[in-house]
Amino acid sequence: MNKAIITVVGQDTIGIIGRVCTSLSRNSINVLDISQTIIDGFFNMMMIVDCSSCTEEFDDLVRELDALGEEIGVSIRCQREEIFTRMHRI
Amino acid sequence: MITPDEVQETNAMIDRERLDVRTITMGISLLDCASHDVDMLCRNIHRKIVSVAKDLVPTGESITHQYGIPIVNKRITVTPISLVAAGACHSVDDYVAVAKALDMSAREVGVNFIGGYSALVSKSMTPAERLLIKSLPRALSQTERVCASVNVGSTKTGIDMDAVALMGRVIRAVAQATADSDSSGCTKLVVFCNAPDDNPFMAGGFHGVTEGDAVINVGVSGPGVVKTALETARGLSFDQLCETIKRTAFKITRMGQLVAQEASRRLEVPFGIIDLSLAPTPAVGDSVGEVLREMGLEQVGAPGTTAALAILNDQVKKGGIMASSYVGGLSGAFIPVSEDATMIQAATGGSLTLEKLEAMTCVCSVGLDMIPIPGDTSAESISGIIADEAAIGMVNQKTTAVRLIPVIGKGVGDTAEFGGLMGGGPILPVNERSCADFINRGGRIPAPIHSFKN
Repeated sequence: MNKAIITVVGQDTIGIIGRVCTSLSRNSINVLDISQTIIDGFFNMMMIVDCSSCTEEFDDLVRELDALGEEIGVSIRCQREEIFTRMHRI
Repeated sequence: MITPDEVQETNAMIDRERLDVRTITMGISLLDCASHDVDMLCRNIHRKIVSVAKDLVPTGESITHQYGIPIVNKRITVTPISLVAAGACHSVDDYVAVAKALDMSAREVGVNFIGGYSALVSKSMTPAERLLIKSLPRALSQTERVCASVNVGSTKTGIDMDAVALMGRVIRAVAQATADSDSSGCTKLVVFCNAPDDNPFMAGGFHGVTEGDAVINVGVSGPGVVKTALETARGLSFDQLCETIKRTAFKITRMGQLVAQEASRRLEVPFGIIDLSLAPTPAVGDSVGEVLREMGLEQVGAPGTTAALAILNDQVKKGGIMASSYVGGLSGAFIPVSEDATMIQAATGGSLTLEKLEAMTCVCSVGLDMIPIPGDTSAESISGIIADEAAIGMVNQKTTAVRLIPVIGKGVGDTAEFGGLMGGGPILPVNERSCADFINRGGRIPAPIHSFKN
């Protein structure tokens, strides 16, 4: 499995999850887990996704999500999972 | 599965605490470039560097993009040029031509520094090595990205005092040759004792002769992360302090190991070592001095500073070694004065002196680093400081280094400005008593008794 972590942070608005998920499904990316909170109107979401069947290059996916974030007015960051597993798991 | 808190912790380190991979450094052997003809040698060097390192910068950028971890510098080290060029270079002009070939190659592949314009003369100098050292003022003033180092001593060989005396004069000449930029040429020149073969950091990095044809070494930094972690350990005992540093160093190194392996895989170049060094930059929050203050010192230089630095250096190594199979280079804490906002502050306020810095170098990972001194400091005094520092390294079986900048036209009370990562800072006073008769004796200092381990 080729996992990535997507974090979305920013002012809450209608349809953030919907638009991110639409973009992911267009690229054949499967969502494995979502956790989401809103603190003082601030939207905070983390997704674990499987990119094994992703139809585009990972670099392009990062760019696409970054652009989507700008469009919605939130910050969307997509990182390969290993950066976190290496740091926090032995 | 990874938790949101863990993701947040890592990203906070990157966003707020300036965690980064300080450098991916590709070591390239130039031994197969040797020739009797200097033009041919320059062509061979250029061809090899450009072919081996062509993908280094794009690969670094792609890793940054995919993992979200900044890789600040992409750099190259090469075999010490005094070895590669010995057959071809018969004059200072010849050596300067090689330096320019290195500079052009570095520019072409997009790296900001190339290290290895070096001579290893810990016992004595060959004519080729002497020529390279004499070429340094021109080589460093006529190139932009070339970094130079000279290893003048080791625990095994003792200290070559002829080289130490020569380096005092050469450092002054480099300062003169770059006087219009606050003698910034000296920021690219390091004098070592016990220089490591696999140091990825500049200006002292070179690709040792014991290394393979090409290798990827990675330097990880993160003083801001350690500082933030220590905020949670205020008032706690030394064992809890040590545990906090160790845990943090472990996390940072694991991340570095990932980047190193990924770079090695993509570039198809073997992975060498991780150098876990807390390397400051002039940016706020990226300071080793700040870590020392967080440990409980009012200011760097206060009594207790050497002990605090010893703890920091040791715990960083212990945490790092657990996290990677191959830890090397300098690994520990750097204390470059002009590159660390808190150290600059301490030096300006008179809390930090050259003598205290010398004591600190007994327990840190490098030495007297990036210290602006008065422009009228004599060559013998500079050699005396080099000899002191080399003696510390030789006797304690550790790497020590000197990177002093005699800022021509400036004295105590003035400030030097080198720009960018090199920073700037106040001119520190140097003891004005002469050591000329000591330095001018010539010859070498024998290796210490504990070097005889066979």
